[in-house]
Amino acid sequence: MNLISQLINGLNVGSIYALIALGYTMVYGIAKMLNFAHGDVIMVGAYTVYVAINNLGWPPMVAVVFGIFVCALLGVVIEKVAYKPLRRASPLAVLITAIGVSYLLQSLSLLIFGSKQIPFQSIIHLDPIKIGALTISGEAVVTLVTTVIIMIALTLFINKTKAGKAMLAVSEDRAAAELMGVNVNRTISMTFAIGSGLATVAGVLYACSYGFIGPYMGSMAGIKAFIAAVLGGIGNVPGAMLGGILLGLIESLSKAYISSQLSDAIVFGVLILVLLIRPAGLLGKSRTEKV
Amino acid sequence: MKKIFNKKNLFALLAVVIGYLLIFLLVEQDILSRQYRSLLVPIGINVILAVSLNLTTGFLGELTLGHAGFMAVGAYAGCLVSMSMPGLPSLLNLFIALIVGGLAAAVFGVIIGVPVLRLKGDYLAIVTLAFGEIIRSVIVNLDFTGGAAGLKNIPKYSNYTIVYIAIVITILVIVNLVKSRHGRAICSIRENRIAAESIGINVTYYKILVFVLAAFFAGVAGVLYGQNLGYLQPATFDYNKSIEILVIVVLGGMGSIKGSVISAIIVTLLPEVLRGADDYRMLIYAVVLIVMMLLNGSPRIAEWKGNIFSKLHSIKKRPVAQKGE
Repeated sequence: MNLISQLINGLNVGSIYALIALGYTMVYGIAKMLNFAHGDVIMVGAYTVYVAINNLGWPPMVAVVFGIFVCALLGVVIEKVAYKPLRRASPLAVLITAIGVSYLLQSLSLLIFGSKQIPFQSIIHLDPIKIGALTISGEAVVTLVTTVIIMIALTLFINKTKAGKAMLAVSEDRAAAELMGVNVNRTISMTFAIGSGLATVAGVLYACSYGFIGPYMGSMAGIKAFIAAVLGGIGNVPGAMLGGILLGLIESLSKAYISSQLSDAIVFGVLILVLLIRPAGLLGKSRTEKV
Repeated sequence: MKKIFNKKNLFALLAVVIGYLLIFLLVEQDILSRQYRSLLVPIGINVILAVSLNLTTGFLGELTLGHAGFMAVGAYAGCLVSMSMPGLPSLLNLFIALIVGGLAAAVFGVIIGVPVLRLKGDYLAIVTLAFGEIIRSVIVNLDFTGGAAGLKNIPKYSNYTIVYIAIVITILVIVNLVKSRHGRAICSIRENRIAAESIGINVTYYKILVFVLAAFFAGVAGVLYGQNLGYLQPATFDYNKSIEILVIVVLGGMGSIKGSVISAIIVTLLPEVLRGADDYRMLIYAVVLIVMMLLNGSPRIAEWKGNIFSKLHSIKKRPVAQKGE
C-alpha cells in the first residue's frame, strides 16, 4: 500500500516536472537554446496567481487564466528583447543571457515580495479520494487530470493544426520552413507563449502541492524539469512527458526507500547513466555526423 | 631551442613583479579599505577558476557547468589533509594541501571526463551540471566532511601573496600549453573535431588532458578558498558557482586569458561596488549581464558599433588626408 501511495506521489511530482519540461523542450526544439529563465517563469506565474487571488480578490479560475496570459506575454517579451537579437550569436552567448534573465526575474520578485516564502492557500478544493487504505489527495488528482488533458491537447495541437505543424517544421529545419512560407518569428513567439503558459499551470500546481511560493521556487524545479527534458531527449515533446514522469517516480521512490537526502544525487545519477547508454536521451534521435 | 630570457618573457616577468608590488603597496600602506583588502583573495581565486574553465570552454570548446564540483572536491580534500597534520610549518602544510587538493580534483576529472566525452554540446553541459550536484549532495551526506553544516576550523594559511603566486603559475602553465603543439591540437578540436581526428589528433586524449588540467586548477582554487575563509560549506559549491565562473569566462571572451583575468576582477568587484544600492544589487548585476551579452553578440549592434568606430576613424583621418593634398 505504501508503495502505491509513493507511486502516486511520484506521478504527482512527475507531472509537474513534465509540464515544466515541455516548455524547455519546445523552446529547445525550435530555438535550439537552453532557456535557463524558464524555471523563473514558473515563479512569476505562481506569484501572479497569488496576487490575483489574494490582493485583487479574483476567483481562482479567473486568476489562473490571467496568470497564464501574463506569463505567455512575459515569455514573448523575453524572447523578443533578450534572445532574438542573439539568434545568430554563439549558443553560449544566448545561454548566458538566459541566465541573466533568470537572475533578473529572481531579483525583481525579491524586491517586490521579499525573500520570505509566502504560504500559498491551495486553490483546489477537492476531497481526498479513499480506496481502501489508500488516500489520494485532491491536489494529486487535479494535477494528474490537468496534466493528462494538457498533454493530449498539446499533442493534438502540434500534430493536427497548421500552427502546430509549422512548429514541427521550424524545429526540423528553420531555413527550409521559412522558404515554405512559415512565419518563423511568429512561430517562435508562439512557442515561447505556450511554454510559458504551461509554466504558469505548473507553478500553480507546484504551489498547491507544496503550500508555499518564494523567489527561488523555480530554480530547483526548473533544473529538475530540465533534467527531465534531457532524459526524454531534449527537443522531443513526448520525451519531455516521459522524462518528467520518470523523474518524479525515481525521486519519490528513492526518497522513500533509499535516502531522502541522496535522492537528488540518485536522480542525477540516473540521468548520467541514461545518457551514457543513449546519448540523445530516451526518445531522442541520435544523428549521425556527416563529413 | 629558443632562449627563455627573451624580451617578451622579461617584460612579462617585469609586469608580474610590478603587479605584485602594486598590490603589496596598496595593502601594506593601508590604501585599500578593509572591505577591498578582504576581496583580494576571492578575486584571485576567481581568476584561477576562470582561467582554468577557459581552457575547457574557450580553447577546447566544450561547455561544462560543473566546475564548482571540482572546486569542492579539491577544497575538501586539501583542507582535510591540512587539518590532519597540524604539526607542519604553515607553508609546507599549505603546499601539501594544494597538491593533494589539485590531484584529488584531477582524479575526479578523469572519472567524470572519460564517460561524458561521448556526449556533445548541451548534453555535456547538463551532465557536468548533474555531476557537480552529485558531488555536492554526496558531500552533504558524508560524515567526515561535516555534512550540511560544513567543515570548520580549517587553518587559514592562504593569503594574497600565495594566491598571487598560484595565479602566476596557473596562467604560466595554461598559456604555455595553449601556445604549444598540444595547444594547437586542442584548438583544432574546437574548430572541427572530425578534421582534427582525420589528421591524426587523438581527440579523446586531448579532451581528457584538458578536463584533468582544468579540474586540477579548480581544486587548487578550492583549497585556497577553504584556507582563506577557515570553513567550508557544501552550499557554496552549487551550480550557481559554476555559472558564475562561466559568466566570467564568457564576459571576458572565450579563449582569452587576459579577458578572463580582467572580467574575474570586474565580476567579483561588481557586487561589492554596488553594495550601497543593496536591494538593487542583483537587479543591476542581471541587467549589466544581459546588456553586455546583447552588446557583444547581437549582429545589428555590432554593425552599429562598427559604423561608429569607422566614423570616428574617418574624422581622425580627414586632416591627415588634407595634408597629403
